[in-house]
This record gives sequence, C-alpha cells and structure tokens, in this order.
Amino acid sequence: MKFTLKVWRQKNAQEQGSFVTYEVFGISEDMSFLEMLDVLNEDLTLKGEEPVAFAHDCREGICGTCGLFINGRAHGPLTGTTTCQLHIRHFKDGETITIEPWRAKAFPVIKDLVVDRSAFDRILQAGGFVSVNVGSAPEANGILVPKKNADEAFDTAACIGCGACVAACKNASAILFVSAKVSHLSLLPQGKPERRTRVLNMVKTMDEEGFGNCTNTGACEVECPKGITLASIARLRREYCKAKIKG
Amino acid sequence: MQNAEKKCAVKKCAMEKSSVTEKVFMSLTGLFLCLFLVVHLGGNLLLFKQDGGAAFNAYSHFMETSWIIRVIEIFLLLFFLTHIFMAIKLTIKNKQARPVSYAVNKASENSSWFSRNMEITGGVIFIFLCVHLYNFMFSQRFFHHYPSMYAAVRTVFQNPWYVLFYVICLSWVGFHLIHGVQSSFQSLGLRHPIFTPWIKKLGVLFAALIFLGFLSLPVYFFFSRTSRRNVQSAISHQLKIENGFKRGASQ
Repeated sequence: MKFTLKVWRQKNAQEQGSFVTYEVFGISEDMSFLEMLDVLNEDLTLKGEEPVAFAHDCREGICGTCGLFINGRAHGPLTGTTTCQLHIRHFKDGETITIEPWRAKAFPVIKDLVVDRSAFDRILQAGGFVSVNVGSAPEANGILVPKKNADEAFDTAACIGCGACVAACKNASAILFVSAKVSHLSLLPQGKPERRTRVLNMVKTMDEEGFGNCTNTGACEVECPKGITLASIARLRREYCKAKIKG
Repeated sequence: MQNAEKKCAVKKCAMEKSSVTEKVFMSLTGLFLCLFLVVHLGGNLLLFKQDGGAAFNAYSHFMETSWIIRVIEIFLLLFFLTHIFMAIKLTIKNKQARPVSYAVNKASENSSWFSRNMEITGGVIFIFLCVHLYNFMFSQRFFHHYPSMYAAVRTVFQNPWYVLFYVICLSWVGFHLIHGVQSSFQSLGLRHPIFTPWIKKLGVLFAALIFLGFLSLPVYFFFSRTSRRNVQSAISHQLKIENGFKRGASQ
C-alpha cells in the first residue's frame, strides 16, 4: 500500500511549525500506524533528512505514550484504540493522511508530533496518591472492597493518561483524565483519607495548567482508548461539590 | 496541628472558584431559565383564548404591577446575567486553551453539533432576547407604544419580517436546549445508568415543546391576519358581484 502523509513538522517549542508532505510506499496492511512512521523515518534517514519525532513506548496500547491526531481524530478513525494499536488495514490504499500533534495550550509541542504532557504529572502530584503504611506487606484481605466498587475503580484505573481526551475536546479540557484518577481513588477505602483534598487540589491544578472547561460534548468519552465514560466526570463533580460543602 | 493545617488548606481551597463550580452556576441558572420558559409559555398561551385578549391583558397587567413578580424579575435578571457572563468567561477561557487549532478536525464523528456550538446558539438567543424585550416589555411598559399587550402582540406579529425572525430565533432556542437540559444535569453530577438516557430524551422533547409552543403564537397571529384579510377580500368581492347584479337589474 502507498500513502501520502501530511505531517506536522516543528523544530522546537519556540519555532513555528508547518505541514510537510511525504509519500510512503510498500506499506503492509498488517503494519501498525507507528510502524508506517518507522518506514517513513528510515527513508528520511537514508536521504539524510531529519526523521519525524513522535512519542512511543510499549506499542501494546497500555502505556499511553503514543498519541497522534490522525485525519481529524485522536488516535485515528477507530474508537477504543491507541495510535500504536491502529493498523494500516483501516486506511484506503493511496489515501492522504494528515498527522498532527495534540493541540492544547497545556500540551506545548516539543518537536514535530511530540508534546509535553507534564501538566498531567503535576495534576497527579497534586492529589493522585494514597497514604499507606510502610513496612511489611499488609494482609491481602485486611481491607474489604465491595465488588461493585472494585469493578468501577478498576474501570477508571484503566486510564493510561495518553491525553486523547484533551486532544479531542473542543475546549482542550482534561476533566476526563482527572475524573478517572479521582474516581479510581475515591471508590477505594485506601483513597478515603485524602478524599476531599484530592479532588479540590487536582481540579485546582487542572485549572492552573490552562486546560479548558468541560462543556459535556462527550467527545472525550468517544475518543478515550480505555473506555472511560462521562459517568466518572459526574462522579468528580459530586465529589467536588461534597468536598466544597463539607469544607 | 497537622490536622488543623489540613483543615485550613481544605477551607482555603473550598472558598476558591473553579471550573467545576462555574459549571454548577451555569447549570443551576440554566435550569431556572428553563423553568422561566415554561411559566412564560403558560402565560402566553392565554393569547389563544377567544376573548379579544381580555385574559391575556389581565395576565400581563398582573405581571407589570405585582411586587412579587418584581422580586422574581430581579432574580431572573441576575440569573440571566450570571448565565451570560459565565458563558462569555468560559468561552474565552476555552478558546485560549487551544491557541493552535487542528488543520483537520472531524468533531462531528465524536460529538453533536448542538453540544459544540452552545456559545453560538446562546449568542443568537441573546440577540433575540434584546429584540424581544424591546418589542414587548420596553415598548409596552416604558414607552406605551400600544394600548394593550394584546395589541402589541397582534401588531408585532403582523410584520412578516418579525415573524421570520422569531421563527429562526426560536429554533435556535430549541437547539440550545437540546444540549443544555441534559448538560445541566451532567454538570451537577446527576448521572444514572437508567435515568440519564431518559433525561436526554426528555431534554430533546422539552426543547421541541418549547420551540413549538412559542412558535405557535407568531404563526397564529400572522396567519389569522392573512385569513382576516382573505375574509375581508371575499366579502368585498361578494359585494362587488351583488352590486353588479343590482346595476344589471336596474338597467
């Protein structure tokens, strides 16, 4: 298969970027999207040109490092998929594919398709932790967790922090990410000690980082590769209101 | 000591406004405005009573003179202003959150048009609100342009341009409500696997009823004017024919 790729190229955070068009040939339909970019980069290296910078790590859809805006959709045209798990067979032979980095003020472009997502780290530092006793491992069944809570907590813990929610949201809001973390920890007994401060501090940091405000469009839910739903955002809002009222 | 510090930090944080509390304000004011629409429509439907506008004029006189309505009006104004200013503030913040937009963005594949364009539908409603207040509230209560509110309604809705303007703007009120009603529940954290799908459906139904309910008034008054004209022209046509016969008979 062959494709025309319109790729965002930007030398560094300070300089202006622009789209550069490349042609790639001999792409197998079984390749992943990132493997196609690997082929492009090999070609560019052989030609003596600068390869396209893009973030990737596990390539198994579990680390949240990769993330590209492909043909107007976060992580490409499929739902429930990370960029590394997107395969070429979902594109038409000869198609023009536009590849852009996540666009958000809180996610500045470092180079080409790589963005700085450390804003997420700072949100987690603000409240995405629990207090535990250090020392010997506790008894596994010492803290009982209702099955329903365990399931819901696990569903939200599936968030890999890829930033697709921010990328897809028309307001570049990070609330789905924050709500996944808040839900995950507040549903479990281990998360109870910091329950109120967590939600207040994480929302405060989210606002300070320059993310937009949620307008409930639901785009984040559709694009989330891990299926985090708007129910977790509703839970965050309830947690937040409770923390505010109880002070 | 640490506990006291922690409590102090929580209290300090609790006093600050955030993106979540702003949405709570948007939601509560929006829901109050929905309630206002219901009351407003209920009163307006008196226009259909075939009593020459007596019931509607009595209703509008009560609305103009009652002190309870004055107090509610102040709250209504405050809620409108909060909703509008908060929306402007959030829209500016949201635009700033993405300084560089996407070259290709297929937003329609992951969200509805109504949800993505609340600021535009809201902006149209604001323009409509200004014209609407001028047409009826200001022109009647302050400038006394018409002998009664019923006369004001009849006069304004005889102008086809006003009728067209109202039809277009009312449809945008409906667009705003299609997303607004369900969104306000979500903003308050009220989400339930069974109730939320119903809230969404009822939100769309509410939007449709508000649109059709308010739409019925300008359309009714415009076409009743036309039908009155038709009746008048039919009568004059009949008279001409009768006169023609009389002239023919006398000759």
